[in-house]
Amino acid sequence: MTTPLQVTTARLRIPVSDRDHVRGPVDAPVTIVEYGDFQCRFCGAAYPNLAEVLRQRADVVRLAYRHFPITNVHPYAESAAETAEAAGVRGRFWEMHDWLYEHQDQLDPVHLSLGVEQIGLPPDEVDAEVGRQAHADRVRQDFVGGIRSGVNGTPTLFVNDTRHDGGYDLAELLAVVDAAAGG
Amino acid sequence: MSDPNGLITAGQAAPGFTLPASPDGREVGPGQFRSHPVVLAFYPADWTPVCGDQMALYQAALPELERYGATLLGISVDSVDSHRAFAESRGIRFPLLADFEPKGEVSRRYGAYAPRGQSDRALVVIDPDGRVAWSHLSPPEVNPGVDGILDALEQLGTDRRVDAR
Repeated sequence: MTTPLQVTTARLRIPVSDRDHVRGPVDAPVTIVEYGDFQCRFCGAAYPNLAEVLRQRADVVRLAYRHFPITNVHPYAESAAETAEAAGVRGRFWEMHDWLYEHQDQLDPVHLSLGVEQIGLPPDEVDAEVGRQAHADRVRQDFVGGIRSGVNGTPTLFVNDTRHDGGYDLAELLAVVDAAAGG
Repeated sequence: MSDPNGLITAGQAAPGFTLPASPDGREVGPGQFRSHPVVLAFYPADWTPVCGDQMALYQAALPELERYGATLLGISVDSVDSHRAFAESRGIRFPLLADFEPKGEVSRRYGAYAPRGQSDRALVVIDPDGRVAWSHLSPPEVNPGVDGILDALEQLGTDRRVDAR
C-alpha cells in the first residue's frame, strides 16, 4: 500500500486585528491578507492587480499586508519591510508600501533613504530606526504567523482566511473576490 | 522502485544512515543528533523552482525550528557538488545531503523514492529517541511549507513534558 498524497488547504491562523495594516472599508465582506516580500518580483507583479481589485471592488474588499521577507534570497527585503514599519508608526505605511513595490530594483540603502524622503518622512530618523532594527520584532512576528498558517512562498494570499492557491492576474483575483463575496 | 509500503509513518524506528553533505562533503546523518529532534526534508531536485523556493523558505524559517532544538537536513539524489552550488545560490546554510551513490538508497529506506528516479517531496520528523514522530508526502509540484513541521515539533515538546512528570 502506498501513502496517499496529503494536500491540505491552509487557513489563516492569525486573525486580522488592529495591529494589521489594512486598506479598504472596515466592514468589507471580503478580506484579503497578503504575505509579501518587497523584493520578490512575483509580489511586484501582483501589486498593481491587487490595487486594481481594491479600486474595482471598493465596497467589497479590503487588503491587509503582512511581511514575509525571504532574506537569504532577497538581501534588501528585511530593511524594506522595517522601513515600511517605520513609515507605519508615522501613519504612512501604505505610501511606503506603494513606493517600495513601484521601485523594486531600487531597494539598496541609498535609494531607500531617497524613497523615505520622497514620501515626506525624515530619512535620517527612519534610517536610524531601521539601523538599530527597531521594527525587526514586528516583521518577525508577521513572518512566524505566516509560516504557522502555511505560507510557503510569496506572495501568499488568504481570501477570507482560506489560502488562495491560484494565480495573481486581475481576472482571477476578481473572480475569487466575487466568489467570496457571494458565498 | 519505491518502497511498496509507502512513506515511513509515525511510530516506526527511523533508519540510521550517514550521507555526504554540502558544503564540505562531511558524512552527516540523524544519529549524530540523538537527544534532539531531526527534520528530514526529502526533495526531488536542486535547481527546480519548487525545490528552490522550499529550501529557501526553510532557511528563512530555520530559527523557528531551532527554537525546538531541531536540526534540519535536506536530502535529494543530487551530488555534493550540485548541492554546494545550489545552496550558495539560495543562501542555504543547513546541510543538504547527497543520496547520490548508491542512488536514492536512503530515500528508498524511508519510502521516499519515486519511480522517476528522484526523491519524493516528503517530510519526516524524527524524535530525540530516533523514532518517526510525523511524516508527510507532498505532490512534487506542491511546496508543503513549514506549518506541519512546526506542529509536529510543538507536539513533541508537549508529549515530552507530559512524560517528564
